[in-house]
This record gives sequence, C-alpha cells and structure tokens, in this order.
Amino acid sequence: MESILHKEYTVVQDDYVNAGKVSSDIKSTLAEIGISPKVIRKIAVASYESEINLIIHAWGGKVFMDVNDDGSVALVFKDPGPGIPDLEKALTPGWSTASEKARGMGFGAGMGLPNIQRVSDEFNIESSPAGTTLSLLFRSPV
Amino acid sequence: MLAKEIAEILHAVPLTKWDESVWEREYSHVFATDLMSDALALIQDNEESTVLLTGLCNTQTLRTAEMLDVRFIVFVRGKFLLDDAIEMAKNMGLVCLATDYTMYDACGRLYEKGLTGIYGKHSA
Repeated sequence: MESILHKEYTVVQDDYVNAGKVSSDIKSTLAEIGISPKVIRKIAVASYESEINLIIHAWGGKVFMDVNDDGSVALVFKDPGPGIPDLEKALTPGWSTASEKARGMGFGAGMGLPNIQRVSDEFNIESSPAGTTLSLLFRSPV
Repeated sequence: MLAKEIAEILHAVPLTKWDESVWEREYSHVFATDLMSDALALIQDNEESTVLLTGLCNTQTLRTAEMLDVRFIVFVRGKFLLDDAIEMAKNMGLVCLATDYTMYDACGRLYEKGLTGIYGKHSA
C-alpha cells in the first residue's frame, strides 16, 4: 500500500474561527479525486471531530492525510500534549473534559472519540503527557 | 414536506438568499440539538432530507452541516447568524432560516405536521 496523495495541515490551539477548515479541505480534496460520497462523509465526520479535539483539548497539532493506491484514506492527528490522562474514559460515550468555551461552541458532548472510532475502519490512539497520536484508516471500494 | 411548508409552519425567515427551486425540495426528518457532537454522531442516514434545528448560532453549526451533507438549518429562539457566518453559509450552499419559536415548540409543530425524527415514526 503506497500513498498517491499526501497533504499536511497545521491546527492552532483555541483557533475557533478557523475550526473545520482542515476537514473542509480534506472533504473537497477527496471529492475531487472520486472517493465515494458515503466514505467521504465518514472521513469528514472523523476528521472534523479530531480537528476540534486538537483545538479544544490539545496544544494544537498537525494533520496528515494520505490517499493510498488501494483507495484507502489514512488520517493522522498528532499533537504535542498535554495527553489524555484516562484513555478508557475518553472513549466512553458521554464522558467529557471540554471547557465551558468549547461547550459554548457546541462541543463537549462526550461523543467525539467514540464517534471517531465508530466511523473508522482502523482506529489507533497513543497518548502520553508528551502528546497524542490518533491514526485512522478508511477503506474505500475501488 | 416541502421547504416552503416548513418555513410557513415555523413562521421562519430566510437568513440566506437562494434559488427559488430550493423551496420545492422535500424534507422528511428533523434532528434538534445544540450539541454539534451529537449531530455528528447520530445523523447517519437521510442527511439530504434532514432538517437541523438548533439554537447554536455560530460557524461550527455550519461546519457540522457541511461535514454531514445536511443542507437545511433552522435556527430557533429568534437567533440570527452574524454577517461572516451568513457569507460562509452562502458559500456552502446551505439553506438557513430563523424562527422565533423555542426548540420545543418548533419540534412540536413539525412533528404534528408529519415530519419524523431521524429514526422515523415513534412506534408507541
């Protein structure tokens, strides 16, 4: 499996004004190259939730997108911290540590990570105080 | 139900200008929330025939609709979008209306007229 299209983005902590721009670009890029709308929708939902997590929970971060030669799409969200203290709780629907500001923007329902996990074909998360890396893979019918 | 009928039932005003043909589009489902994460988690089908009812008046509502391919938003409780958000909604091709009804009343009026929730009619 080799990448045939690679893109990278930077997401800034607390940048609510631009929140969603990365996911919007990922969505339109995938539409341009002909990925099926149903798969794009799943990717867009996972990407947007993950992008919001970088803004509201992490100190910003990087997003990497690769479209592979088998039609699958890989997304990696990498942040420099502060890490998720209890991953098991973070993956429990309804559990949230979002700030009042984040809640005011419509987030912090405790559905983010569980929803990302639900729509992804492969989901891997590693977290420590030095940062969190979330790796997702979406298979796409060629 | 046609978009123009929904607007009439809710006494809603358009926040964005669009082609007249938009009023003839059919909608059958409603999802009502102020929590965008719930919308992202629960609207999984019928997105093009789903109306999003919300009191959350900011650009994240528009982004959420964009990600979900939901095209019709009604803002409840008399709330309006700011100019930059209206511009964003226009660029996304979103239909945005505003109604003075509360969420409860807006849902009740649409339910009474036959629109269902995202899972269809209650069996009770």
